[in-house]
Amino acid sequence: MRDQALRWVTGAAALLAGALLLLILAELFRASWPALVNLSVKDWLFSGQWAPSQGHYGLAAMLAASLAVSVLALAVAAPAGILIGAWLHLGAPSWVASPMRALQGVMAGIPSVVYGFWGLVTLVPLVNQWAPPGAVLITAVLVLALMILPLSVLVTDAALRQVPERSLQAARALALSRWGTFRNVMWPTVRGSIASGVVLQFGRALGETMAVLMVAGNVIRWPGSLTEPVRTVTANIALEMGYASGLHSQVLFLSGLLLMVFVLACMMLVRGGVRL
Amino acid sequence: MGKAFRLLAVSMMALFVSACGQGDHETLVITGSSTLAPLIGDLAADYEASNPGVRVDVQSGGSSRGINDVRRGTAAVGMVSRELREEESDLTAYVVARDGISLLVHESNPLDALSADQVRRIYYGEIRNWDDVTDFQEPVTVVHKGEGRATLAVFLAHFDLDNGKVQPDLVVGENQQAIRSVAGNPGAIGYVSIGAANHEAERGAPVKGVAIEGVSPDKDAVASGDYPLTRNLNLVSNGPLQGLAKDFVDYVRSPQAHERIRDHFFTPVAGTR
Repeated sequence: MRDQALRWVTGAAALLAGALLLLILAELFRASWPALVNLSVKDWLFSGQWAPSQGHYGLAAMLAASLAVSVLALAVAAPAGILIGAWLHLGAPSWVASPMRALQGVMAGIPSVVYGFWGLVTLVPLVNQWAPPGAVLITAVLVLALMILPLSVLVTDAALRQVPERSLQAARALALSRWGTFRNVMWPTVRGSIASGVVLQFGRALGETMAVLMVAGNVIRWPGSLTEPVRTVTANIALEMGYASGLHSQVLFLSGLLLMVFVLACMMLVRGGVRL
Repeated sequence: MGKAFRLLAVSMMALFVSACGQGDHETLVITGSSTLAPLIGDLAADYEASNPGVRVDVQSGGSSRGINDVRRGTAAVGMVSRELREEESDLTAYVVARDGISLLVHESNPLDALSADQVRRIYYGEIRNWDDVTDFQEPVTVVHKGEGRATLAVFLAHFDLDNGKVQPDLVVGENQQAIRSVAGNPGAIGYVSIGAANHEAERGAPVKGVAIEGVSPDKDAVASGDYPLTRNLNLVSNGPLQGLAKDFVDYVRSPQAHERIRDHFFTPVAGTR
């Protein structure tokens, strides 16, 4: 009897979660449909000119900015996170390792707007001293990297914990160096989980809105230099959605749909099993 | 599967019923402009205190949201911090207060006045260093607002600027963000609601207003009509106001509300009843 109830409740919860995702996709599709019909792909996907009041709805520069910011943040945070995670298992004394894990857990839980605010009041004035106006691409990259670093550490840490103790014992018996143990015993076991972790972090970076909005400068231009402001797709939605109507708002929905599809594609990549 | 579906339906209904269960008092929903929301929120609290059994929900989200919600009927009253456009003539606007828009620079900038032409050249990127206009060696950082913002529209119209030619270094959304950005950068210039700017400057933000066309941005200049860059803050409705909505809008436009309006650094409109 109780088992029956449990099955229903869990089934309903799963159904609800799945249905919500489909509903969101359907709603995004419905809300952006007029834009898809009325604008040619060339105008919204391949043009970088965004001036809704003059009828220009090109998303390309902002899409490029989103990708640039996320890829660079990942390039900073993922290797650093993997190294820190590995160090927790290989070199760190336990009185450092456990507070460090707790700290990473806390860092992962801090709301993004807090990172954004810190970036705005601390990092932006700092960057401003060598690259005015301070709210530029590199600032956004740094804030985002800081946000996904704990995820990267925790994923690596959890993955390394899956390495069977007997493999480690065998490595010790063979008198492998720490590097040898990491490279030959741990890495082959964990690289799959770490790779999917990296893809998840990429999705997180791509979808991040508030923190990026506060530090990226939000000027619409192609990302060409680390010291120039850019506007990401998410920041654009947050900046303009409250003030948009008609085709303008439909294109904003369309850009949301694009992000969603992209993130879903990343997730499928993970499910399909990425290999490094 | 069928059973799971039934359970889902039942729990959704339970949620719905419990959400509606609190409806034993009358509720007025007001949405829109983030400039107006804090003022209307305070006035709503005053109004609730003197009218037990009434609830006034104030939600911000931008002037366009106010217009959309009123048209759709999800809000009875909308807050719009600019004049209604031609294509919005189906709505009725009720002026609540006037707000000036101030050009804002960092405290360390010795500048105290700009001509309209200088403002235009700064925003078109022709003046790149402050030493062109004042005794200050610092690159100019132009802080601009996102497309569709009411402040942006008023600013562009007043200085006759073409938004496509403006060369911003930084684009922000809310007034607060603009003020923070100017406070954190000695070379920055931005434009924000005078109300919001004074509020932050009083709390110690290192920013100051710049006179345009010889008039400094302060409340008195807005009240007297001398300050050139002002806008009306409006409540809007779709069709004639009725019942609670009418009563509340009347209250907001009555002299009883003037003190609150001044608290928020806006100027009550002389003609309001």
